[in-house]
Amino acid sequence: MNDMTPTREQREAALEGMGCKRKRVEDIRFTQGKGNYVDDLKLPGMLFGDFVRSPYAHAKVTKIDASKALELPGVIAVLTAEDLKGVNLAWMPTLAGDVQMVLADGKVLYQNQEVAFVLAEDRYIADDAIQLVEVEYEELPVLVDPFKSMDPDAPVLRPDLEGKTEGAHGPRKHHNHIFTWEVGDADETDKAFREADVTIKELISYHRTHPSPLETCQAVASMDKVTGELTVWGTFQAPHVIRTVASLLSTIPEHKIHVIAPDIGGGFGNKVGAYPGYICAIVASIVTGRPVKWVEDRMENLSTTSFARDYHMTAEIAAKNDGTVTGLKVHVLADHGGFDACADPSKWPAGFFNIVTGSYDFPTAHLAVDGVYTNKAPGGVAYRCSFRVTEAAYCIERAMDILAQKLGMDPADLRIKNFVKPEQFPYHSALGWEYDSGDYHTAMQKAMDTIGYRQLREEQKAKQEAFKRGETREIMGIGVSFFTEIVGAGPSKNCDILGVAMFDSAEIRVHPTGSVISRMGTKSQGQGHETTWAQIIATEIGIPAADIMVEEGNTDTAPYGLGTYGSRSTPVAGAAIALAARKIRNKAQMIAAHMLEVSEYDLEWDVDGFQVKGNPEARKSMKEIAWAAYNAPPPGMEPGLEAVSYYDPPNMTYPFGAYFCVMDIDVDTGVSKIRRFYALDDCGTRINPMIIEGQVHGGLTEGFAIAMGQEIRYDEMGNVMGASFMDFFLPTAVETPHWETDYTVTPSPHHPIGAKGVGESPNVGSVPAFSNAVNDAFGFLGSTHIQMPHDAWRVWQAAKDLGAHG
Amino acid sequence: MIPGEFTYHRPSTVAEAVAILASHGDEARPLAGGHSIIPMMKLRMAAPEHLIDLSGVADLKGIREEGGAIVIGAMTTQHELIASDLLSNKLPIIRETSLLIADPQIRYLGTIGGNVANGDPGNDMPALMQCLNASYKVAGPNGEREIAARDFYEAAYFTALASEELVTAVVIPVPPAGHGFAYEKLKRKVGDYATAAAAVIVTMSGGSVTSCSVALTNVGDTPLFAAETCEILTGSTLDADTVNRAVAAAEAITQPASDGRGPAEYRTKMAGVMLRRALARAAERANG
Amino acid sequence: MSDIEQVPVTMTVNGKKVQRFVEPRTLLIHFLREELNLTGPHIGCETSHCGVCTVELNGMSVKSCTMFAAQANGAELTTIEGMANADGTLSALQEGFRQMHGLQCGFCTPGMIMRAHVLLKENPDPTEEEIRMGISGNLCRCTGYQNIVKAIQYAAAKLQGRDFQEAAE
Repeated sequence: MNDMTPTREQREAALEGMGCKRKRVEDIRFTQGKGNYVDDLKLPGMLFGDFVRSPYAHAKVTKIDASKALELPGVIAVLTAEDLKGVNLAWMPTLAGDVQMVLADGKVLYQNQEVAFVLAEDRYIADDAIQLVEVEYEELPVLVDPFKSMDPDAPVLRPDLEGKTEGAHGPRKHHNHIFTWEVGDADETDKAFREADVTIKELISYHRTHPSPLETCQAVASMDKVTGELTVWGTFQAPHVIRTVASLLSTIPEHKIHVIAPDIGGGFGNKVGAYPGYICAIVASIVTGRPVKWVEDRMENLSTTSFARDYHMTAEIAAKNDGTVTGLKVHVLADHGGFDACADPSKWPAGFFNIVTGSYDFPTAHLAVDGVYTNKAPGGVAYRCSFRVTEAAYCIERAMDILAQKLGMDPADLRIKNFVKPEQFPYHSALGWEYDSGDYHTAMQKAMDTIGYRQLREEQKAKQEAFKRGETREIMGIGVSFFTEIVGAGPSKNCDILGVAMFDSAEIRVHPTGSVISRMGTKSQGQGHETTWAQIIATEIGIPAADIMVEEGNTDTAPYGLGTYGSRSTPVAGAAIALAARKIRNKAQMIAAHMLEVSEYDLEWDVDGFQVKGNPEARKSMKEIAWAAYNAPPPGMEPGLEAVSYYDPPNMTYPFGAYFCVMDIDVDTGVSKIRRFYALDDCGTRINPMIIEGQVHGGLTEGFAIAMGQEIRYDEMGNVMGASFMDFFLPTAVETPHWETDYTVTPSPHHPIGAKGVGESPNVGSVPAFSNAVNDAFGFLGSTHIQMPHDAWRVWQAAKDLGAHG
Repeated sequence: MIPGEFTYHRPSTVAEAVAILASHGDEARPLAGGHSIIPMMKLRMAAPEHLIDLSGVADLKGIREEGGAIVIGAMTTQHELIASDLLSNKLPIIRETSLLIADPQIRYLGTIGGNVANGDPGNDMPALMQCLNASYKVAGPNGEREIAARDFYEAAYFTALASEELVTAVVIPVPPAGHGFAYEKLKRKVGDYATAAAAVIVTMSGGSVTSCSVALTNVGDTPLFAAETCEILTGSTLDADTVNRAVAAAEAITQPASDGRGPAEYRTKMAGVMLRRALARAAERANG
Repeated sequence: MSDIEQVPVTMTVNGKKVQRFVEPRTLLIHFLREELNLTGPHIGCETSHCGVCTVELNGMSVKSCTMFAAQANGAELTTIEGMANADGTLSALQEGFRQMHGLQCGFCTPGMIMRAHVLLKENPDPTEEEIRMGISGNLCRCTGYQNIVKAIQYAAAKLQGRDFQEAAE
């Protein structure tokens, strides 16, 4: 071998494939301000639409007078529900099997609900026109407390559901009841509780918050009346689903609808479902034949688009004196707001909350979730929740700490004692999931060793004594969180969105000169797919990632996919990519065999080409094979070199992690300082460690905000509070702690490249760590559970109630 | 998020600005840094028909010392306050406070005049000016007058300023060299208004307080000059008992709003905590 | 149409002279995005908190959503579109953001880079704490800021002719 020949290592490095910290392709345009976001789009003749919204949380709409608005020059139209009824769009179906008003139809159910859609020549005139639309309301009694929603005399929120005792998910027991979802073995679990040495029971609330990406939701709809084709650009995490929904609602055939999701400025689950703004923009464009842009402002985003959480979970654990858990009972009261618009797979009204057994081997468990309506914005499934996994993880991680306190056991030790053991995988949980793989003990040990857990506990004990002696006004908390996630929705046997199975797809085409174009059914909103998908392909087919173009979001060219949310892209589309790439490699092998005049069984794959076994000089690179595919394919073989794969995953994947938070709290102000935060994630095979680290940093920052004060609240009149950045806590670089990240690798046995997905794990795992840290700090003063969020004033109040202020 | 329509004026002298204000009365508002009024206009909570951009009025700029006082032009930005050597030497509490206001971008444009004049109880400079016993030079159609900061604030967004008047400068008597100072601000995050804040200026001699000035931010619908607190502290050695009484007197004058920062009770207590911490820091800094 | 008199504005934007008539109420961010087609600066809120609209104006960092275009008459502005070097190569900051993975969705990036640009002029060798304070008017939802800090440190080093050493984790 002469020294001009690159070594194997050099050839691998040149691919920038799996495992490489490849710098991002997207950054070239983003750092130059050349991203293409929806509001950057300008089309000739484009109009601007904006909403008149209700100031009341619950009211009849008795009159809408748009006459003054219509007199304003530049105002084209003002749409109301009456106008939409003409095209059967005053209401639209939700992903959760409910219906939602697009515009107020006789009443409104939450503050800022859409009442009328003003269409004008530009956004300035639209805003002026909104001030001139006169709406008359008759206020109705407001219901904001989910615990009162099923009182006998609770106000009727949904007269449209009157008499409907069967909902989309089974029987309804009250006019404000949506569903009851039950899973597990009630009898067996009751028995475990009867026989338990120790039990705990606690109401653990996960407050309402909001994903708040920096770019709000927006769309441009453009109907071409001549061709009958509708094009819609929008902030769509699932553009194909939007297209199918648009076709079903508009009756325009699906092949004549072009949905394009361009660059999206953050999604976090806020941009999965369809919003009234999209529907009204589409209708307005169909009616006028002109493009119509809708861009919501921040207060509209925070107060009306998909909120997150609002789960009130009563958790009970039964255990033996030695800490072995014997049973888990959870009841959830789920506040869904005025409509059930949860973006869940259709058979899962409470998402995958039944992951609530977490990382622990509960022999038996029972779960019941009651969903209810209130006078709040609709939604609930968003914000890196993996379909209610954030809620479930918080519930079990809090409950385990409460159990540890009752038993007088260290919280880490209690967890280790109850971990699912490596030999138990694949593990069948008591609530119905088959966890694919895990090695919890190794991860936990690594984490505890790295942070010096035992020494921290000693330090904490010393500080507690010092506090009692009056030597310090600071208390110290150590928050432990060991979460097991469930992502990668999902297998067609139980996962669908509006009936469309939750597979995903990849199409890869190699050009004659050896570069590649590929399209997937997913849609990145910052996760870096243009970079990482190319890495998978590069390793599989031996073409450098730099020569592989990745496109997402254009529903005409991308194969059908269910989009990006729920950390599903790597588990599902990533698998499709690998499998499509392998189809190409298999064909390439046959072409190479033909070129080398050997049998394909005589060939072996070597980084970027095929070589004859035992005779490595006889090789053909993928580039050479690509050319041959177009020029001289073997007889009987079609020319070309491309493949499509639609992947129906056999199972979900189960990333996990060990997070530790060390916190110091000033009891006189309630201010908490994060001294240290360590996050160990196991997401199986790691495609790009740099991107994984970035995802974890981002998710931890979201979790920090949520746990420490980020909240959407309502007063008794249903006025929404915290719906602007004045009060909605988004930390700046100053408040945000420094993050330490680490990892173990336990591949998924059923995934073609062993990858599990990681995007949401940091939000899932961090909130319990922060909240457990606060609770752990106060435990020695006698508290069992302090509700989130842990704003300074709430922490101060807890300190006061525990007598810490002397 | 679009403001209503208005006519834009850009005078080059104070007299011109005042004349425009006078001719339009309540329909006209001055535009200083804009970071109070423009957000309100975008939310359509304010809709003046005339905006008078003061950025072209050279006489409203500048920081100078004049007869034992520092005179700061109303259009001096927070950024300029922070950068001023004169202020760092003679009035270091101003720089300390400015750095706690808003964020870097807002500090580039936000002015001292804007911060003191509009009566927003959340602003930090008003309490600071009361603590410093500053006064505001005011120009109107009937000429100039000077209003003490301690007499300026009547209620939230209501001040002694008439609608045709303009604050042109802030006049601050220079505290004695070696004075102790501190502005202690509790907030939820950078850029937030105070949950509670306390401004303290002390002079000490032989371990005793020879003079003391205390004011509180955002725990009432105006800034609060804590006169009784000052009286209690003056002449004391800042012993625990005296400080407790002084803090109690300060808490007693607070009437904070309950909002996202916390319930009223919490904010009152935090005013007390901020005062304690400001006193401790100020005393440590004081010579004597 | 409106009875309000339009206001003439002249400014230099990314080195080019621009002359227009604007409505007094036209916000600078809309003037840049809609009139001048500079869609790098973005809009993320209406309460002047998020900073994605940040541009450089007369050497200052300003939130262009909280200014009227009329106020910028006579000013010299730089937006993200004016940051690349004359030969088309990326500036030190743009390169630093890419090298250090200081962005994900890209929405805060133009404002963040423009703020960092002025920050490094104010303080060419900032500590981590100074960087965090320095960008406290710019929100990011994706990165958690940690790699943004590194990106700015990278650029600071490069601008001073030093090699950037990442601190060991």
